[in-house]
Amino acid sequence: MDQNKLLVKLENAGVYRSSKWLVRGISLEINQGQIVTLIGPNGSGKTTTAKMILNILNTDEGLVTGNANKMAYVPQKINIDWTMPLRVIDFMKITSSLNNTQITESLVMTGVDKLLYNQIHSLSGGEFQRVLIARAIAKKPDLLVLDEPVQGVDFNGEIALYNLIKEISVNLNCGILLISHDMHFVMSTTDHVICLNGHICCSGSPSNVVKNPEYIKLFGEHNSETLSYYQHQHDHSHNHDGSISK
Amino acid sequence: MFDDFFMRALIAGIGIAIVTGPLGCLVIWRRLSYFGDTLSHSALLGVTLAYAFSINISLSVFIISGTVALLLLSLQKRTKLAGDSLLGLLAHSTLAIGLVLIGFLSSIRFDLMGLLFGDILAVTVEDIFIVWFGGLIILGILFYIWKSIFAATVNYDLAAAEGMKPDLSNFIFTLLLAGVIAISIKMIGALLITGLLLIPAATARSLSSNPRQMVIISILVGIISVILGLFSSLELNTASGPSIIVAALVLFILSLISFKRSGALQK
Repeated sequence: MDQNKLLVKLENAGVYRSSKWLVRGISLEINQGQIVTLIGPNGSGKTTTAKMILNILNTDEGLVTGNANKMAYVPQKINIDWTMPLRVIDFMKITSSLNNTQITESLVMTGVDKLLYNQIHSLSGGEFQRVLIARAIAKKPDLLVLDEPVQGVDFNGEIALYNLIKEISVNLNCGILLISHDMHFVMSTTDHVICLNGHICCSGSPSNVVKNPEYIKLFGEHNSETLSYYQHQHDHSHNHDGSISK
Repeated sequence: MFDDFFMRALIAGIGIAIVTGPLGCLVIWRRLSYFGDTLSHSALLGVTLAYAFSINISLSVFIISGTVALLLLSLQKRTKLAGDSLLGLLAHSTLAIGLVLIGFLSSIRFDLMGLLFGDILAVTVEDIFIVWFGGLIILGILFYIWKSIFAATVNYDLAAAEGMKPDLSNFIFTLLLAGVIAISIKMIGALLITGLLLIPAATARSLSSNPRQMVIISILVGIISVILGLFSSLELNTASGPSIIVAALVLFILSLISFKRSGALQK
C-alpha cells in the first residue's frame, strides 16, 4: 500500500469562516487504492475537510498538496432547479465529455442503466444517489470523494452500494475518501478511519479507532439518535463505556 | 432593404432574440431574473451618460451595467445585506441617478418613453451592426464557456471540484449579461429587457426535455415574439418593446395550455 502513489496530502490544514475555525489542524494522506473514511458528529467539519481536499474551499492555514489528476465528487446534497430540463444522460456529461458506452457502463455498475433518458427530477432519492455515483466514476477518477453516499437508499441497497464502492476502489485502483455514518461498513472495508470533531480526535485502522478513548468520548457524550446508533454498534464489544453514556 | 425602418427593426430584433435565448435560459436556471432587472435599470444611467458625453449608447450602457454587475458580485461577498435587498438598492439608485441626470441635461431633448420602452424608429444601420457584431461576440464567448457555466449552474461544488473553474465563468457570464442589455436597450428599452430574457426561456421550459432543446426553442420563441411584436407595433402604433413582450407572453400562455394537455412533465 505504501509504495502506491500519494494522491492528496493535508498538512495541518484549517478553514476559518465567520470568525471561527470550521476545522483546524487536519493532517491526512490518501494513497492510490486506499479507502479513507471520515466519521464524526454533525458540524464536525467532515464536508469542510472534503472540500479542502477537492480545492472547493481554500485553506486559511496549512497546506494541501497532491498529484491527483482527476478528482470526482459525490456531494451530500444537490438540488437541481426544476426550470432546467435535465435527463440522466445530460447530467452524466456535465463535467466531462463521455461517450454513450462509458455512460452506460457506469450506470450498469450502479444498477440504474434503465434510467438513461429519464428526467433527473423524476428520480427517487435512491435512484438519484446511484446516478450521482455513476456520474462520478464514469470519468475514471484517481481520487473519488463520496459525502454520505448512501442517504435515501434502503437497507439492502445500502449494502449493495458499499460493496460497489469497494469494487470501484479495486477496479479503478483509485483513492476513495468516504464520509460515512455506518460503522459496519467502516469496519469491514475501509483501510483508515479518521474521527473528526473540528480537529482530528483519533485515527487509525477501524479496529483500533473504536477502542480509542477519544472516539468513545466523542460518540458517548452526544445523545442524538444517529449517534446513539453508533453507540449501539460498538456497545456489544465495548461494555466498559457504560460509565460515559450513563 | 435597410432603407425601410421596419426592416431595420426586424433585423436588429431577430439578432437580439438569438442572443437572449441562451442567456435567458441561464438566467432562469440560475434564478437571476432580479439580477437582470438590476443591470437593465442601471442601463438608463448608461444612456444618460452617453448623451451627456456624446458617446455610443451601447458602449456606455455596457460600461455602466458591467460595472454595476461587478460591484454586485463583490458586494455580495462583503455585506451582510440579503442578496435581493442589495439588488433592489442598486437597481433603484442607479435608475434614480439616471433620471436625475436627465433633468440636468435640459438642453438635450429626450424621448424618455423611448429609453424606457424601446423605439423601433430609432434603429439605424449602425445599430444593426452593433446588434449582430456584438451578438456574435457574446454568443462566441458563451459557446466557449458553456460547459463550465452549465456545470456551475447545475452545482457549484461539483464544478469547482472537477476543475470547471466556476468563479471565472460566473464572472464572464455576468459581463455577457451586461453586453446583451447594451445591444438591446434601444429596441426593447431599459425596463423590459429582462422580459425578453425570461419569457421565451420560460415558454421553452414547458416544451423541452433537455437543456439544448430548451436553448433552441427559446431562441425560436424569441424570434417569433420579435416578429409578431414588431408587426403589431406597426399596425397598432404601440411602442416596440412592450409589443414584443406582450407577444412573448401570449406564446407563453399558449405553451402552458399545450403543456397541460400533453401532461408530459408534471411538476
